[in-house]
Amino acid sequence: MDTQIMNIVDQPQTLEMSNIPAETVGDVHVERPRMTARNVNVFYGDKCAIDDVTLDIAEKQVISFIGPSGCGKSTFLRCLNRMNDTIDICRIEGTIALDGQDIYAPQVDVVPLRARVGMVFQKPNPFPKSIYDNVAYGPRIHGLASSRTELNDIVENSLVRAGLWDEVKDRLTQPGTGLSGGQQQRLCIARTIAVSPEVILMDEPCSALDPIATARIEELIHELSAEFTIVIVTHSMQQAARVSQRTAYFHLGKLVEVGETEQIFTKPQHEMTHNYITGRFG
Amino acid sequence: MNSISLAITVLLFASAYFYLGTRASSAQRAAGRRLHSLPHYYGLFAGLLAAIPALLLLTVLAIGDDIIFRSMALDFVPDEVKAAKTYKEVIVLAQITNVVDGINFGEQPQWVHDAAAAWHGWDSTSTTLKTITTLSLSLLGGLFAYRRINPDFRSRNAVERILMIILAGSSAIAIFTTVGIVFSVVFESMRFFALVPVSEFLFGLTWNPQFEGAERAGSGQMGLATYGSVPLFVGTFLISIVALSVAVPVGLFSAIYLSEYASPRVRAIVKPVMELLAGVPTVVYGFFAALTVAPFIRSTGMSLGLDVASESALAAGLVMGIMIIPFVSSLSDDVLNAVPQALRDAAYGLGSTQSETVRQVVLPAALPGVVAAILLAVSRAVGETMIVVMAAGLAANLSLNPLDAVTTVTSQIVTILVGDQEFESAKTLSAFALALTLIVITLGLNFIALQIVKKYREQYD
Repeated sequence: MDTQIMNIVDQPQTLEMSNIPAETVGDVHVERPRMTARNVNVFYGDKCAIDDVTLDIAEKQVISFIGPSGCGKSTFLRCLNRMNDTIDICRIEGTIALDGQDIYAPQVDVVPLRARVGMVFQKPNPFPKSIYDNVAYGPRIHGLASSRTELNDIVENSLVRAGLWDEVKDRLTQPGTGLSGGQQQRLCIARTIAVSPEVILMDEPCSALDPIATARIEELIHELSAEFTIVIVTHSMQQAARVSQRTAYFHLGKLVEVGETEQIFTKPQHEMTHNYITGRFG
Repeated sequence: MNSISLAITVLLFASAYFYLGTRASSAQRAAGRRLHSLPHYYGLFAGLLAAIPALLLLTVLAIGDDIIFRSMALDFVPDEVKAAKTYKEVIVLAQITNVVDGINFGEQPQWVHDAAAAWHGWDSTSTTLKTITTLSLSLLGGLFAYRRINPDFRSRNAVERILMIILAGSSAIAIFTTVGIVFSVVFESMRFFALVPVSEFLFGLTWNPQFEGAERAGSGQMGLATYGSVPLFVGTFLISIVALSVAVPVGLFSAIYLSEYASPRVRAIVKPVMELLAGVPTVVYGFFAALTVAPFIRSTGMSLGLDVASESALAAGLVMGIMIIPFVSSLSDDVLNAVPQALRDAAYGLGSTQSETVRQVVLPAALPGVVAAILLAVSRAVGETMIVVMAAGLAANLSLNPLDAVTTVTSQIVTILVGDQEFESAKTLSAFALALTLIVITLGLNFIALQIVKKYREQYD
């Protein structure tokens, strides 16, 4: 009796641990990569958070990172624009390149890098400034506008592309924090695209939003993918299926499987991917 | 029984009621009846009712009996003594209470001894009365609560309400004290303004109360005492400006360094050391200012060909600035730390440098708290006395030159109220008028600052 219970409890555990493949299943390489990661390891102190991940991110495509909590998908995302630099105990090995240039090379300056690889966060975090100043912040610090009219154009254009212009055009001087959650997140997206990045990283951008606001953001991601390379971390498999062309499945710091989204959700090659997307664990 | 042992007895009664109440309700629960609240709430209710009314009554009686005795003792004073020109109630009462306490200065008239004997009688009666009323109120209050223990009585709600009343009462004490202080200052100031016109006090350019005594003694130097407070307020203003121009930049910058740049190890050392500065008594700062800083400034000024007074506003202001650095830095540091990390992430994510993040995102978000920290520093600077007395001198010069000796409102109040005073003279009363003006000015500054903060604050939630 006792051994039986033990077996049932143990089963998923052994299944998870033993089946992580040494090599990522599926094709990690793409034809026209915008960013490439090669054998990336990330450590928080002594703890290994990302273990030997190799992955290409294709140009003007949406790739989604899925996986159970704590699998390292957000950590990997934050490596792509060196946001982990702000954490003292974080150490990175391997190479990550943007357009063939190693972003961790000593001569690389993080300021222009982060302008090229923008980020949208989990919780909407508009600055406690006016809507206009939120969007104008990036262009101002990078000196992208030479005149007031040019700045106005950038702000309007970014808000239009973020699908927020019609809702806020009459109250640009009001605080951005006064908007609803979904509007705030679109404001954050407008703020990010105002500096014309090449890649946009999104860390669970809809997890704090209601279904209607989520649908609007997903629509927006789809539109933006015509211009930008987008990497999105999500907990919702439906969302990954809806917005992305490629999907990468992470587990315990390992990249288990990567491939076309349709293929991952219909014919996953690895047993763990199959178990995760069918809701067996995670 | 005296008041203290009475209070202890009341508390003993209360704990006994707490025990009894808890036990009685536990017993009811054990008997299978569903009580509204947990048993200890019934005990607490009984204990609180036994303690609080009795203790309040005891406080009122202990303060009140003396007042009643005094008025009764005055009945013993013979009419011919009352009719005398030199008669003063305070002095007569002091004579009587001295005899009551067994202190005798020479021979006292018979009526004083009579009054003292009567006083002894009242004292013992009142002690007996106090004992009986307090203890019986305690017992009755507890008994009343104890008899209400039944399953339907909502003792938890009652206890919550009593606790709320106690808490509200505590905050009321703070408010009443403030109001009391303001009123006492206002009344004394009105006596001063009866002697000196308001316009002279507020707009007069000469502060010179020293000849007050001579004037009253009729030495012929009439009208030499002048009470124009402008030099004092200008001096206060000057020294505060010097102090703030040291404390605000240094304090704010060190707060930014500590909260945004310093590693946890550096922070763990630097922060306590800075807060140590706040623990140094102001007298120590005072002689640092008077013995080290002031001579240094004087010799430096002399070598530059400047005319520097040996006690200067600059010396006092600089040292005062150092004294209030920890207030600004410690409070600002807390405020900066409270700014959510998400805002910094957003700024870094857009490619801001660290200083851009601090200047354009963190500081604006923390502005209200930073202003509050600076306001606290202002009130410390305006209220600081010791350093000024020791380092800036007492000469009421009307000057905006920080190299001159000036004086401040608070240091004048100290010099006026130190030593022998008579509360009939304008000199002594002027201290209250100064205090009142200072209170009004500080209130006004706080009000203006709050309005500014409201206008420019960037709210992050």
